[in-house]
Amino acid sequence: MEIPYTYKARPDTGLYNAKVGIWLFLASEIMLFGALFSAYILLRVSAPVGFWPDLALAWPRGLLNIPIGTFNTAVLITSSVTVVLAWASLKMNNFARFRVYMVITVVCAFAFLGIKSFEYNDKFSHYVVRLKDGKALTGHIEVNGKHPGFWNFQDQWDVAKLADQKVDKIKVEVDPERDIHGHAKKHAGHDHEVREIAVSDIQFLGSYTPSTHPFFAVYFLITALHGLHVLGGALVLGYFAFPGAKMWKSNPEQFINRIEVGGLFWHFVDLVWIFLFPVVYLL
Amino acid sequence: MQSSASHAHTSATDSSHGHAHHEPGFFGKYIFSTDHKVIGIQYGVSSLLFLMFGFLLMLVMRFQLANPGKAIPVVGALLEKVLGEDMAKGGIMGGDLYNSFGAMHGTIMVFLAIVPVLFGAFGNYVTPLQIGAPDMAFPRLNMASFHCYFLGGVVMFASFFTPGGAARSGWTSYSPLASVTDLANRFDGQTYWLMGMVLLITSSLLGSVNFIATIIQLRCRGMSWMRMPFFVWAQFVTGFLLLLAFPPLEAAGLMQLMDNLFGSSFFLPQGLVVNGTALPVSGGGSPLLWQHLFWFLGHPEVYVLILPAIGIVAEVISNNIRKPLWGYKSMVYAAMSIGFLSFIVWAHHMYLTGMGTKVATFFQTTTMMISIPSVIILTALFISLWGGSIRFNSASLFALSFLPMFGIGGLTGLPLGFNASDIFLHDSYYVIGHFHYVVAPGTMFAVFAGIYYWFPKITGRHMNELLGKIHWAGSLFFMNCVFAPMFIQGFKGMSRRMSDGGTTYFGPDAGIGADPGVLGLNKMIFMCAIGLGIAQIPFIINFFSSIFAGKRTTSDNPWQATTLEWATPTPPPHGNFLQEPVAYRGPYEYSVPGAKTDFTPQGDKN
Repeated sequence: MEIPYTYKARPDTGLYNAKVGIWLFLASEIMLFGALFSAYILLRVSAPVGFWPDLALAWPRGLLNIPIGTFNTAVLITSSVTVVLAWASLKMNNFARFRVYMVITVVCAFAFLGIKSFEYNDKFSHYVVRLKDGKALTGHIEVNGKHPGFWNFQDQWDVAKLADQKVDKIKVEVDPERDIHGHAKKHAGHDHEVREIAVSDIQFLGSYTPSTHPFFAVYFLITALHGLHVLGGALVLGYFAFPGAKMWKSNPEQFINRIEVGGLFWHFVDLVWIFLFPVVYLL
Repeated sequence: MQSSASHAHTSATDSSHGHAHHEPGFFGKYIFSTDHKVIGIQYGVSSLLFLMFGFLLMLVMRFQLANPGKAIPVVGALLEKVLGEDMAKGGIMGGDLYNSFGAMHGTIMVFLAIVPVLFGAFGNYVTPLQIGAPDMAFPRLNMASFHCYFLGGVVMFASFFTPGGAARSGWTSYSPLASVTDLANRFDGQTYWLMGMVLLITSSLLGSVNFIATIIQLRCRGMSWMRMPFFVWAQFVTGFLLLLAFPPLEAAGLMQLMDNLFGSSFFLPQGLVVNGTALPVSGGGSPLLWQHLFWFLGHPEVYVLILPAIGIVAEVISNNIRKPLWGYKSMVYAAMSIGFLSFIVWAHHMYLTGMGTKVATFFQTTTMMISIPSVIILTALFISLWGGSIRFNSASLFALSFLPMFGIGGLTGLPLGFNASDIFLHDSYYVIGHFHYVVAPGTMFAVFAGIYYWFPKITGRHMNELLGKIHWAGSLFFMNCVFAPMFIQGFKGMSRRMSDGGTTYFGPDAGIGADPGVLGLNKMIFMCAIGLGIAQIPFIINFFSSIFAGKRTTSDNPWQATTLEWATPTPPPHGNFLQEPVAYRGPYEYSVPGAKTDFTPQGDKN
């Protein structure tokens, strides 16, 4: 006996096997991301006030780049539209158009990841500097004439490492002052003031990375996990667009099902971002 | 009346595979097999081996509790040689070794032995047969699920040999303890534990998607929802529990991994001081967060451990009392209610964390509610026995003794569910006694019942009845002697975490007036644990000798059972059924008035 309903729908449920499977998988994914969002909420509401050095706030706000995040949201939504159009093109028996839409989808996915890695890189060179006199400032730092970053993350600095490498001074491009909501104050100019700070004055130095604050830990964990989903989805959709497209000749019905299932996953990845963007960037 | 399948010949098997089907080689057949029956056996063999390994860890621990500070006989020298002097100097179990054996005993028993044997082995082998399906809905996913499980097991096992030893923060891995046990060694046993867990969670995710999809999509013609055997219902609900409860632990595992490897502070509070020095982390995290996420899995997991066991017991009992299950529908609805309620009881494990009395009251209420469906199921099984003509074979003896054992396990849970009494009993040996009654004489007896019951279908041979009965009598006696004294120790206030078996508080020199009698119980438990081990020897002999020399079955349906798995050839070929099975009736039509025999198989038209 062969396994039934691999691509034909079962009459009483109206579904083929893979469609049941993907919905179940997505249910489990909702629980995975749901747990991370819950963790975010719990950490944020229980964070002690005055913990974040920059402001009289318990939780850092306004540190993520909202215009870039908005642009990335648009990129993902576009890809979500094109993946439906790709599926619809197959339904209308237009394989060439399917391939065009699928390529656009995959290009959008990689554009999203590229933009995201630019954001990540920025966080790795952006530092909190808490001075021994109790003042604190944030900004991009330069040590020995070099900026630390995501791609050379072994180049990260803390007080112990500065002392260890006998660095006397670091340069900080100080961020504009922020109000209580985390917005940059209006009168702050565009030019960043560059200050030289003696290492002996620094009590704490940490980049915008997981070890500096739970906010960054949550931010990096959720966005990295989401990024992995984008990457995985893009690879699978890319496979369907080219090598996997052979199935269009041998079994078009199953091929359309595959695109539908892949598309469902893609919409889910998009939906996670739709929640992620306001929660992490805006709130 | 025999089932139709027994008339068929093997030649029919081959002809049903007309397409290019070549005989797979050794690897294709036993390692990369996509056949649900082979995968079921793979799961069965590996999980029974892990079960034995977990049991041996426990024996060494029980020796230490009964004789604190004495060199372990037989394996002491080996442990010192393999794990190093820090762990077992002079063959004496150190505190670290005790902790790591404790954590790994729990982890191995729950995640690598009991769940895989119930869900992976029995679920894989029996579920598709009982619903009349040719295989699982996604056979390759099924294979991947086993491979992830096996790899997870290897990682867990390997962690014993890492510097610093295996994880030793309990099977619950509470933070911050789990993040600070080995500060010198960031890539320590705990990190291995987390990576192993991620693999095991992936495995159970793939498995549960597959099971639920199979049960929804591949039921044969006529197999309506209320004609499914209770075992399939139990697997269906279990599938949902695994699907939805495990991902939060995966999230928590990733967070703890970040805490351990990248210095984040998801679970580390501000101002944490370890061994007199402030920990160089930002802090600002929440230890309670880990406990919430862990027990969000942890409690449904208890029902993952018990629901399939009840499913096996229901099958074995109705077959051996020659009666339909009493209240089949209420059992099904009870199982669904358990599934739903098990998601909202988790914080009854956390009454002592100071999460607040209002929250505790909520969870106390839901905990009392979930005992109702559990009692419905157990009562239905008990009432089923009324007026049955019970066959006493090894399978049914194990299944019947499951009922009182699970009863004790369940009822002793009530004082832990009320937060007033839990404050006294929490973290004592009472808790150990309670959940072991549920899982060891409870679930394990169901597993044995299932093995004796389905063995003839899998191998075509019967297991020896005399050895089976010795196995049953010995297990029942020693199980109770091991776990019943723990209730007494718990009432006397003995903590479950002490590697010296409580000598510090109950010993003659402690001088705090505690009852030294509880230390004597440690010795008794150890002797009985040895006895329990010896009682398994007849089973092991029986299991292997019966594969090769057991009495051959004379029919495809040796127990005269009704469900569809007995309508297949023995053992079932690839694709299971020789012609398309159809379910014409409910699963338990035993002793139907007017029928020719005392059983009417589901596949019989008349």
